[in-house]
Amino acid sequence: MIEKKKKEKIEKKKEDSVERPKKKEEKEKKVKIERKKREVVVPGEILVSGPEFLPGENTRREEKDIIATKFGLLEKGDKIVKVIPLSGTFIPRAGNTVIGQITDISFNGWMVDIQAPKGAFLSVADCPGYINKKNLSEHHNFRDMIVTKIRSIKSKGIDLTMKERGLRTLEGGMIIRINPTRVPRVIGRAGSMVNTIKDGTGCSIIVGQNGIIWIKGRSVEDEILARKAINLIVEKPFTDGLTEKIKDFLVKYKSKEKPKEKKKEIKEEKPKKKK
Amino acid sequence: MTYKRPDGRKPDETRKIEAKVGVIKRADGSAMFSFGNSKAIVAVYGPRKLHPQHLQDPEKCLLRCYYDLISFSVAERKRPGPSRRSTEVSYVTANALKKALKLESFPNSVIDVYIFIVEADASTRCSGINAASMALAHAGIPMTELVSSISIGKIGDSIVADLTKEEEDYCIKKDGKEIKAATDIPFAFLSGSEKISLMQLDGKVNVDDLKEAIALGKKMSKKIIDIQKQALKKIGEE
Repeated sequence: MIEKKKKEKIEKKKEDSVERPKKKEEKEKKVKIERKKREVVVPGEILVSGPEFLPGENTRREEKDIIATKFGLLEKGDKIVKVIPLSGTFIPRAGNTVIGQITDISFNGWMVDIQAPKGAFLSVADCPGYINKKNLSEHHNFRDMIVTKIRSIKSKGIDLTMKERGLRTLEGGMIIRINPTRVPRVIGRAGSMVNTIKDGTGCSIIVGQNGIIWIKGRSVEDEILARKAINLIVEKPFTDGLTEKIKDFLVKYKSKEKPKEKKKEIKEEKPKKKK
Repeated sequence: MTYKRPDGRKPDETRKIEAKVGVIKRADGSAMFSFGNSKAIVAVYGPRKLHPQHLQDPEKCLLRCYYDLISFSVAERKRPGPSRRSTEVSYVTANALKKALKLESFPNSVIDVYIFIVEADASTRCSGINAASMALAHAGIPMTELVSSISIGKIGDSIVADLTKEEEDYCIKKDGKEIKAATDIPFAFLSGSEKISLMQLDGKVNVDDLKEAIALGKKMSKKIIDIQKQALKKIGEE
């Protein structure tokens, strides 16, 4: 029964994909108009002048003018003017959820590589549950990948914490790295983009703010499909209607690949039942 | 007597300028800049953790520049590795760029700037600074303004922009002896405030000529900044 339903769903999706091309043309026109609105600015460029505007992120005020301090896209609000960076490394902030790798074990915690300008330290006190201090490698060993949260940033280093829901050691799956400036695009508004990829591929995905992404699916093929979708976002992040495009991409890919996979699954399952 | 340039350029004309951003994929920021045959490629890494630890500054970030000529860039093979000249140019370049960077945002860390001259035909430090400025912006490092650099020279009696190797070695004959008659002055200007962040000279100039050279440098730097801006915007719009 369930399989029948799935097939029906796929057929429905196929119908959708046939209808879509017309809409696409309309959208592409819109995209061109939208793109003109977004202006690329360089450091030292005067964005706006006048006392009615306020300098936002990556800008500064010099007398009347508001000047960009970073290379990126200009975003003009009603009052606040800010610049969204287009490239660069991860700049950590307190409260960021990141994925990191254990690089060293000391007597009271672990050193974690989170691709930041400072070293990050996870203390035993910031881990939930009982931990045997005599053998910390039982809990997190060298090269383990963990999801952690940045608790605070000090001048010498970063303090991490595991005392929150969803923070854990990652087992299995695949790690990919993207540019940290693309992370908001990969997540989407209120997680819309990640959720479409999750639904489309059946993978569980964790996106770290530092640009490290963990993907785990039922099969390697699913993981590769999710990776392809993410790479698509990274390549052209500032197109309009990107969520729809990714949906189309996943549906198209699945309609090509799925039939073969399904046959395999059925073949494998049947002998088991006989036994 | 006015000096006639061998390639027929006007005094305030540069060689063909090429600028490109994002030439090195694995670097955090990268750029290429060339004045005619002088070509520089720059890679920027960081801000990242600084080792050895005793170099760390709790107030600001360290800017580490490494300038070098690649061994095939000059007519006679250059022995690879740092030399007296490249150490000096690295130091001078770091000072020229520092003024435009907001280094206090990343205490205890380092920004590495690797400048390699692929082909050398005079004013290599200028193309290096121009490329480095673009690469730093591409690496997302907070900057107050861009840096542009140009070499101005006094050859004979006239003041010209963007010297070639041939012009740099210009000599006049006097009493049967050859006397070096060219003075090369590399400048670096900040784009917004028009302040000078680099000025070097070895040779002879009088005060009036130097003033004229600075005025010409300011004029030329505006053109270079436009080219740098265009190159950055081009990669942003893709």
